Amino acid sequence: MTPPEKDRNKCEIALTVNGQAVTVRTYAMERLLDVLRHELGLTGTKEGCGEGECGSCSILMDGRLVNSCLIPALQAKGADVVTIEGLAVDGRLHALQQAFLECGGAQCGICTPGMILAAFHLMCEKPHPTLDEIREGLSGNLCRCTGYTQILGAVAEAARRGAAT
Amino acid sequence: MRAHPADYELVAPGNLSAVLALLASEPGAWLPIAGGTDVMVQFSAGKLPARKLVSVWNLPELRRIEILPDEIRIGAGCTYTDLRRHEVVRREFSLLSSAASWTGGIANQNRGTIGGNIVNASPAADSLPALLVYEAELILVSARGERRVPYNSFHLDYRKTRLAQDELIRAICLKRWFSEYHAHARKVGARNAQAIAKVCLAALGRLADGVIEDVRLAMGSVAPVPLRLTGTERVLKGKRIDASLVQLARKTAAAEIRPIDDIRSTARYRAAVAGNLVAEFVEQLGAAETNK
Repeated sequence: MTPPEKDRNKCEIALTVNGQAVTVRTYAMERLLDVLRHELGLTGTKEGCGEGECGSCSILMDGRLVNSCLIPALQAKGADVVTIEGLAVDGRLHALQQAFLECGGAQCGICTPGMILAAFHLMCEKPHPTLDEIREGLSGNLCRCTGYTQILGAVAEAARRGAAT
Repeated sequence: MRAHPADYELVAPGNLSAVLALLASEPGAWLPIAGGTDVMVQFSAGKLPARKLVSVWNLPELRRIEILPDEIRIGAGCTYTDLRRHEVVRREFSLLSSAASWTGGIANQNRGTIGGNIVNASPAADSLPALLVYEAELILVSARGERRVPYNSFHLDYRKTRLAQDELIRAICLKRWFSEYHAHARKVGARNAQAIAKVCLAALGRLADGVIEDVRLAMGSVAPVPLRLTGTERVLKGKRIDASLVQLARKTAAAEIRPIDDIRSTARYRAAVAGNLVAEFVEQLGAAETNK
């Protein structure tokens, strides 16, 4: 049986997500964001603007912070992807998540996963960032609740506790 | 209306010659996509005319920076992050590393490429004025071979370039002549990260015995293409810096640009800011000499 016309551009894409090898059958131009949310059920990654302006869909791909709304699925072939679901270990929150919780770093929550991944990415390179470095590291992530003071405070607190180690 | 991915084809041949062969096989049919920071935005908005895309992301032939004795060759697939982190780019081409640091945010810098920025040909692109003042040359490549063209002739009009339908930019070549110049880059926008510039300036200058021996000025967001301010340069060259020269440079720059009113700013504001940025640079250039 020939596949329906609209499935013509589908392909198999193997990648690693949060340490697990997965294979999805999807359109080459499907956004990685939609693969994560709809194919893999990882709804922690949020869609905000859908055009790379807000950072809500931030994930790590091969160790680099990226906006998953701007990545066609085919370009994630063989990639190592980390989403917000991959930070907690055995049900224990990552130090950044714990600090966001305690410092009031989350309000409506839409920007929070992206903020935490941007902070995680920053602290992989700069374990003890200055406030300016935190601001720059998170500058591509917008909080529509405007809760920036608590967000920056949460990252500083996590750094103080040695989140990067 | 939002695009449906089923309507688009995307392939990733994985090496440069295979990509070039594909472009040559159906000229104009295949749109190259690198980090997707422009193409995916158009795609999602349903405004991407191309239906067939070919990935050039992370092609090894395009993702390296060659350092030669008299020039550096930046692979067109290098990201803003690659530029910001490269020792020689930071030291000798600070206008470029500065522009890279205020393009988008970190996530876009990890994906956006210098070649993509040139081909996308936005007059507001942050890094293109720097390429103008460094008098960059582009190596264009196709299945037919390579050609080297001066970057200052690459943009023909608003979003129109000299790139042929079967061509890619392979590398951007910069002469290593500028380490002794005073360099000044400035972006004026609503916000440092993410916001697109209302006006941006890249400037280089060198004094000899108190006289401006060489000066190069280029601006973004002030014309249909990234603009070299040759008229203002002529006014400055060979002169001693004093208050009246600063004033003349300010006026000449404001008159030389061709700004428009748009959602980000007005032509009047842009002309005033353009004049101020040039004045700021000329004053700095004078002060840099005094402090030597």
